[in-house]
Amino acid sequence: MRKVSRLSRFNVASLSLGLAFLYLPILILVIYSFNASRLVTVWGGWSLRWYHEFFNDRAMIEAAWMSLRVAVSSATIATLIGTLAAVALSRGERFRGRTLFSGMLYAPLVMPEVITGLSLLLLFVALNAERGFWTVTIAHTTLTMCFVAVVVQSRLGSLDRSLEEAAMDLGYDPLRAFVAVTLPLIAPAIVAGWMLAFTLSLDDLVIASFTTGPGSATLPIRIYSEVRLGVKPEINAICTLVIALIAVVIVIASLASKLSSSQGESAAPL
Amino acid sequence: MSGRRIFARPAHFAAIAPYVWMVLFFLVPFGFVLKISLSQTAIAQPPYEPVFDLMAGWGALKAAFAALSIDNFRLLVSDDIYVFAYVRSLTVAVTATALLLLIGYPIAYGMARLPARWQAVAMVLVIVPFWTSFLIRIYAWINILQHDGLLNQILLALHLVSQPVVWLSTDSAMYIGIVYSYLPFMILPLYATLAKMEPVLEEAASDLGAPRWQVFWLVTFPLSLPGVGAGVLLCFIPIVGEFVIPDLLAGSNALMIGQTLWLEFFTNKDWPVASAAAIVLLVVLLVPLLLYERLQKRQLEQGR
Repeated sequence: MRKVSRLSRFNVASLSLGLAFLYLPILILVIYSFNASRLVTVWGGWSLRWYHEFFNDRAMIEAAWMSLRVAVSSATIATLIGTLAAVALSRGERFRGRTLFSGMLYAPLVMPEVITGLSLLLLFVALNAERGFWTVTIAHTTLTMCFVAVVVQSRLGSLDRSLEEAAMDLGYDPLRAFVAVTLPLIAPAIVAGWMLAFTLSLDDLVIASFTTGPGSATLPIRIYSEVRLGVKPEINAICTLVIALIAVVIVIASLASKLSSSQGESAAPL
Repeated sequence: MSGRRIFARPAHFAAIAPYVWMVLFFLVPFGFVLKISLSQTAIAQPPYEPVFDLMAGWGALKAAFAALSIDNFRLLVSDDIYVFAYVRSLTVAVTATALLLLIGYPIAYGMARLPARWQAVAMVLVIVPFWTSFLIRIYAWINILQHDGLLNQILLALHLVSQPVVWLSTDSAMYIGIVYSYLPFMILPLYATLAKMEPVLEEAASDLGAPRWQVFWLVTFPLSLPGVGAGVLLCFIPIVGEFVIPDLLAGSNALMIGQTLWLEFFTNKDWPVASAAAIVLLVVLLVPLLLYERLQKRQLEQGR
């Protein structure tokens, strides 16, 4: 027997207040990005003035381009290695150093970013590596592959293994069984992992600040230094563009998971 | 031979690339942090080359070890600024985590009570702000909290205050920012345990005559403890090392350890002290992690 609804008035109130708290500030920011007035707080009518300003700001454009390149490359490498890590964790029962392996994969998830950033910088300095695009990409890959591993592993864990074993009983070797049977089934999680890695990299300020060199700032670094000097309406426009980009990413990710759920499998939450 | 056994070996091959990557870019860097935290400030001028010279042979290695000192750690303990920053970081993290629990729990509870179809929608709605850049979310709050920002405009229009209230560069602004940024991290694990809970248990308790608050306090809350633990840990640890939010919203008077480390590193360029501060921070954070692990073990032993 099912109860019709266990939702009390208190539940509804806390839910709507919570969601309002989460969304109102972002909504306000988006609205004010179309404000014609120089003063962030005075409404001067709708205008695209600050978007125009952004597209004429060479330094900002360069930083945005750098961020995008880093995000795409690090997300791609992180997805490859992170998926391998997930496979190793969920399919390789026991191997030497498994505890250390999973420890290393989970630690960056909770570790303060200042520590990760600092330690990577010291490594790059010791290796005498020129700091810039590649050092930031490596740093972001290290962080985001852990997230990819977690997302893909949760999908692998919920998968019925007998499908793969059936393929092997029918004569496929383990690798072919994995590629032909398991890989398509975990594809949505891999896509979601890539998206997550992409947005995390696009978002990161602290690790990028430690691992980048002079003249190759990412967008968050630029925004951060601008914001410290005071509120500028142009930042509202940039932020809105980033939000729009991320919205597109989320739509793609949810389409990917819908595609998989129409195949009769429920998708991973992230 | 079962298929599982056959597959075990390729899976081990899969571990090679991520293993090497993590050792190289996660484990080894900590060796460098440790090494530099033990160097002397004077001889350890950036850029610290060579940090490790393996070609130099035993004699040089021994000399390097002889030069190590714990002076930086002594400085951390004796200098009030650092002690204060650690205490302050822990206080802020405890307060913020408590606030997050208070605010996040009713939201997660409400989500778990929604009809199944709406639960998925609510979860997406909670996750989406987490995908939007945290810097942008902090910036959105600067817009609202500044002197002539929206909050003061509303308060003035409602005649709740007679002149603008200073929000920015205060602790309240910092707490708003932290709670706002970490809320999804608190809601999601709470929701996960609350949604899995059997409603029968609560119904049984209320059928037996327990008032609502007793049902919650004696049945629902204890059963949700694993989620509470996960949410608290997920928020507490990163907040202790938080740098950007206090820096932008509370200004220089916040001085948490993340900021001190950052300042020491970028402004004072004292890498050894910054490294030592990072190591102490790590040790401080290991304590809640170990506590959490013990809690989980005990819950497993209880058969759940």
